[in-house]
Amino acid sequence: MVETGHFALVLAFALSLVQTIVPLFGARLNNQRLMAVGGPVAVTGFALTALSFVALASAYANSDFSVASVWENSHSLQPMIYKITGTWGNHEGSMLLWVLILTFFGALVAAFGSNLPATLRANVLAVQGAIGAAFFLFILATSNPFIRLNPAPIEGRDLNPVLQDLGLAIHPPLLYLGYVGFSICFSFSVAALIEGRIDASWARWVRPWTLVAWMFLTGGIAMGSYWAYYELGWGGFWFWDPVENASFMPWLAGTALLHSAIVMEKRSALKIWTLLLAILTFSLSLLGTFLVRSGVLTSVHAFATDPARGVFILCILTLFIGGSLALFALRASRLTAGGLFHPISREGALVLNNLFLTTATATVLVGTLYPLALEALTGDKISVGAPFFDLTFGPLMLPLLVLVPFGPLLAWKRGDIIAASQRLMAAFATALAAMLVTGLFIDGASVFAALGIGLAVWLVAGALTDLAVKSGVGSVAPAVMFRRFAGLPRSVFGTALAHLGLGLTLLGIVATLSFGTEKILTMRAGETVELSGHTLRFVGLYPAQGPNYSEDRGRFELIGISGSPVGEISSAKRFYPVRQTTTTESGIKTLGLSQLYISLGDEAKDGSVVVRLWWKPLVTLIWGGGLVMMAGAAMSLMDRRLRVGAPSRRRKQAEAPAVLP
Amino acid sequence: MTRKQKRLSVIAGGLTFLGAATGLTFYALGQKASYFYMPADLTTASVQPGQRIRLGGLVEKGTIQRGQGATVGFSVTDTHKSVKVTYTGILPDLFREEQGVITEGSFGPDGVFVADSVLAKHDERYMPKEVADGLKAKGVWQESKSE
Repeated sequence: MVETGHFALVLAFALSLVQTIVPLFGARLNNQRLMAVGGPVAVTGFALTALSFVALASAYANSDFSVASVWENSHSLQPMIYKITGTWGNHEGSMLLWVLILTFFGALVAAFGSNLPATLRANVLAVQGAIGAAFFLFILATSNPFIRLNPAPIEGRDLNPVLQDLGLAIHPPLLYLGYVGFSICFSFSVAALIEGRIDASWARWVRPWTLVAWMFLTGGIAMGSYWAYYELGWGGFWFWDPVENASFMPWLAGTALLHSAIVMEKRSALKIWTLLLAILTFSLSLLGTFLVRSGVLTSVHAFATDPARGVFILCILTLFIGGSLALFALRASRLTAGGLFHPISREGALVLNNLFLTTATATVLVGTLYPLALEALTGDKISVGAPFFDLTFGPLMLPLLVLVPFGPLLAWKRGDIIAASQRLMAAFATALAAMLVTGLFIDGASVFAALGIGLAVWLVAGALTDLAVKSGVGSVAPAVMFRRFAGLPRSVFGTALAHLGLGLTLLGIVATLSFGTEKILTMRAGETVELSGHTLRFVGLYPAQGPNYSEDRGRFELIGISGSPVGEISSAKRFYPVRQTTTTESGIKTLGLSQLYISLGDEAKDGSVVVRLWWKPLVTLIWGGGLVMMAGAAMSLMDRRLRVGAPSRRRKQAEAPAVLP
Repeated sequence: MTRKQKRLSVIAGGLTFLGAATGLTFYALGQKASYFYMPADLTTASVQPGQRIRLGGLVEKGTIQRGQGATVGFSVTDTHKSVKVTYTGILPDLFREEQGVITEGSFGPDGVFVADSVLAKHDERYMPKEVADGLKAKGVWQESKSE
């Protein structure tokens, strides 16, 4: 089975070369038969990669320690779920997952792209094939997961205990679906540049892919944040760690792309910019892969450092980013610029959104790369953390968030800012009320907290206003209103949901940072502690045995008003003997939207234990908002005009190219 | 305003915006980045009390003191010099004697480093990269030790 997987991987590499070369020449010579090769090859390549992945996963599931990667990252005593998720809990396996998803997206284009113009489809598949070829070669040359050991060891070295968690089953696949999903937008852009033409229907094909990638990336980041929050035991949800930034930059750029693609689709303006943004977004995904996979950064994500890998990924990075930007420089002037619009209009608002988002991306990029560059040039080691981003990213985001509710209420081409403001009066009043209530009635609320809560409420109320205005609340009879509401395009709901989710996330962040409380103390069994109105009693430490670890479980009781226990929280110190590692399992109790968070420290000689407690009000909204944003993207995807096939049927009738060079 | 003037004003606005963002970024890099030092570097570098830095090295053997409550004292050493550090909170799971550690905080007026965060190496295979590089530069640690 393992050799089959290895062989399938080599075959998939060979096919990706065919997928790159043959359709590209076909498109050049306008040869239908050569171009038609791309589709079946892409699908077969995906099938082979999937076979290869299944082979590796089954080696992990069966604890086949004759495979080096399994020996290094698995153990026979691990629960089955962690044996399987361990497949991508290491460098080699995660790269295989990366190409699996890449070929999956390629196969999707092949399967659903029958309505694309033949040359565009051929070129897209060729570019997709080229990315695949580079990464297959990378895996085979530097990170082969199928290398055997002889003699085979009897027992494995266990998966990093921090990764032995359900989060590993969800976070990396979602994140990769997002990262790699943007490869399709990249391939479409490069294909458009190769052809030297781009039109509004191009945007109609690219937008669904952007939405899909953005949706998964949002989910991947939110899940990663929640995982870090409960697993690391620090109680934080975002650390501005370079690895987090690596995923955040494509998200910011992808968000900008999502918005500029709307302008391009609806008004055929901002074409060249959208194209560039698509290239940049995937370039940032590649950069993220490089930062995480090359060993430049030390983190839980950098599984192993091998200089050859770093150099190889750097070459891939240079080839694709440099190549696509060079092509852009050569060809962009041949593309025609689109329609004009008034600065105060939907287009204008979306341009402003893009200006803020790309500048914010740039500040995150500087904050992430500057320390690396400085160390390479001068040897000085600096770290750039929250204080830097608070001062740069923060001021950029604030005006953008204030402006968000205006955008959807402005008309295309020429908008009326006064009318939009009047419609937002109710939302503004609600936000102002929230701000005043926070500032005046909540103890210890700072001006900053009040403004933050007000801004979050403004976003939520603004999103609801958008729906209300568009279904005619206040101007038509209720029956008509409901009919209109139900008949609104899905994309309008999508926009409102995504903006609402953003508001919820902001509300969670501001509430947690401003009103969260924290206590560090030593406790003995039987002692109680109070935190923000909640009384907790430390019951004691109880040793327990897990499948591949032993633990000391600290049990806490939540005491109700009556004095009797109403709930239990337990936090543990786990010891994994194979890797000689200790981990902290935090104890979390969700009360409404808020959480009590307990992290257990070391046991002192006198039997007392260091305990760190947090009260985190509305903290679940941080990730809940992310889910709402995902739902918004899913809603937009269901919009009639984006449904795969729907636009093209119309397009076939009018085959004449909309814009030619 | 003519169309040309309008376009120019939009471009000027955009450039002003980008300029402001760039200025802010560089100001923030100058003010908010924290430098990494090993104990021996501190004799040559001038670090003011209150200035935020990261201090890395090995946790010196036999110096870990658990005081009252959750405050812990220990010394960070690079085998040439060592610096006393206090920290209130829960130490990372991988915090041990003679292991690599990075602390972040600032010096108090009494010369004791008050850390508000302590990071230990992320897994059993390596030292924090900065500490490994620093120790290598001082010739007290070889790559071979890490396998």
